[in-house]
Amino acid sequence: MSAMPTTPQPRWMRWVEQRLPIFSFVQHFNEYPTPKNLNYFWNFGSLAGITLVIMIVSGIVLAMHYTPHVDYAFDSVERIRRDVNHGWLLRSMHANGGAMFFIAVYIHVFRGLYYGSYKAPREIVWWMGIIILLLMMATAFMGYVLPWGQMSFWAAKVITNLFSAIPLVGEDITTWLWGGFTVDQPTLNRFYSLHYLLPFIIVGVVVVHIWSLHTVKSGNPLGIDVKSPKDTIPFHPYYTVKDMFGLGVFLLIWSIFVFFAPDFMGHPDNYIPADSQVTPPHIVPEWYFLPFYAILRATPDILFINAKLAGVIAMFGSILLLFFLPWLDSSKVRSANYRPAYRVAFWILVVDCIVLGFCGANPPEGAWLHISRAATAWYFFHFLILVPIIARVETPKPLPFSISEPVVKPAVARA
Amino acid sequence: MRLAIAAGLVLAALSAASTSRAAEAEKPKSVSWAHDGVFGTFDRKQLQRGLKVFMGSCATCHSLRQVYYRNLVEIGLTPSEAKAVAATKEIDEIGDDGQPKKRKAELKDRFVSPFPNALAAAAANSNKAPPDLSLIVKARAGGADHCYSILTGYSEPPKDWKDEEGRPRKLEGAQQYNKYFPGEIIVMPPPLTSEGQIDYGKDAPKATVDQMARDVCAFLSWAADPTMEERKRTGIKVVLFLLLFTAVFFVIYRRVWKNVH
Repeated sequence: MSAMPTTPQPRWMRWVEQRLPIFSFVQHFNEYPTPKNLNYFWNFGSLAGITLVIMIVSGIVLAMHYTPHVDYAFDSVERIRRDVNHGWLLRSMHANGGAMFFIAVYIHVFRGLYYGSYKAPREIVWWMGIIILLLMMATAFMGYVLPWGQMSFWAAKVITNLFSAIPLVGEDITTWLWGGFTVDQPTLNRFYSLHYLLPFIIVGVVVVHIWSLHTVKSGNPLGIDVKSPKDTIPFHPYYTVKDMFGLGVFLLIWSIFVFFAPDFMGHPDNYIPADSQVTPPHIVPEWYFLPFYAILRATPDILFINAKLAGVIAMFGSILLLFFLPWLDSSKVRSANYRPAYRVAFWILVVDCIVLGFCGANPPEGAWLHISRAATAWYFFHFLILVPIIARVETPKPLPFSISEPVVKPAVARA
Repeated sequence: MRLAIAAGLVLAALSAASTSRAAEAEKPKSVSWAHDGVFGTFDRKQLQRGLKVFMGSCATCHSLRQVYYRNLVEIGLTPSEAKAVAATKEIDEIGDDGQPKKRKAELKDRFVSPFPNALAAAAANSNKAPPDLSLIVKARAGGADHCYSILTGYSEPPKDWKDEEGRPRKLEGAQQYNKYFPGEIIVMPPPLTSEGQIDYGKDAPKATVDQMARDVCAFLSWAADPTMEERKRTGIKVVLFLLLFTAVFFVIYRRVWKNVH
């Protein structure tokens, strides 16, 4: 950031620069030295960022036409679909965009798990990421409530009811969240307000996420530190063009949903207006919450904790434990490419999360209940027991000396 | 990676098997619709026949609140024809003198509902208000196929009709057997029963029950998604643009990176 542009600047630019270092700031982004060996999994951070912007812009326009009232919300969404100019496009982009956002972010998170992006010195980058994920989940949940269809209403009911599991104050907290004694007008109105607010808080945390990243610099697939300037290339034009290519592919997939299968990821019941007297036969969240829903419903009574509270603790715990990952995994080797045992455990975890997704989509009965319990147990076993043990007993493969000289060091001290 | 993909496929198959059992209704018949596929468009003539079926049969009990009479121009009616459809219904309004009065519906109005409110609709229909049909095609798994299957799926119950616990079942009161309806019991009487029930006029296919069912489900597909054609047209252009965009940036990316080793 210190280096001023080498080419002579016009006087007005210097004048501005001395008062607001905006040009050197842009310069920093252009020159940001980035490891030259990043693979396509490193595209998903910028994809998530661009998706956030698209969601905010489409959301602001949708908000101009939406009515947060229990009697009019459903009809106002229909009006957007039918009468607002390109309203069908905005609505489809925004609804499918939520899912695309989660696709990008989940890949981003799993990339972090595979390549050890949570390890020193990137712990704060990782923590900011988890906070972003939690905020995204809250935002997506409240956004799903706004169309006020059957699934909107019952999702709101089920999720807010979770808080009643908290001992002593649970009921009071639920009433406070609802703004009444059930999910109703005050609930819809505040969810709308918060759904508008939270994305901007996400932007704030994203700034910190990137600020911290640019302080410690990007990791890379080899998981070794940058040794010399030969290992890096400037972000622009190398990664800007690569990101643009990735963006094209991502937008193509998004477009296929938006234009040719707008309801593929939605639930038919959400085209039925909310009715507090009729409970849908299966209440299911959007697919990107299914693994967490499975954990919630799989958890049985544990000692003196009833199943509901245990489920809530397990569901939130499944994300909160990620905060401790930098200590749970004490291995100094970052990339799973050099950690044979961790690599296997990683892929089993991926399968486990997919299994949990299917469990969440099916009623917790019969075989599905048993699979849910096993998969939930494995999830916690992976992070709390397996990862710490592997970190201690695994012998990593020898690491290359540097990014530009992939010569393998003769031996690596056990981490 | 391969492990993950394989597990996903196995689970998808398992999941499909268990949900079809849980729904306990017959899978809908598969119909080929003019509006299917990436390039599919609505068949205007069919939508107009479907409108006749809707007005002549469904509208007796079902509302179509999200559709306005002005929208009928989109399915090929002239404005005066659309006006004529509207004028068959009356709506309440407050006159200039502040007194309630009735007037004929106009293009600016929503389709007039057959009952003044949900309670009245329920009271007249075995205590269950007939659902609004504006979004019925989107609100049911199977969409237009489901709609067609229900309309043509009435029959006598099977001889040894039993519930999950093996107890014999039978129909009571207004109940009808329809294997495509979840739970197999539907209270709606068969709406389309005889050939020629709706007058299709000249230059139209024979108004068989099957044809009427197809036509009205096509009409309801339009009612649920009137911007479908614009959506697909725009989509084709957007996808073509993005293919070009992606290809151009791929070439630039490879050129820019040529000397990075």
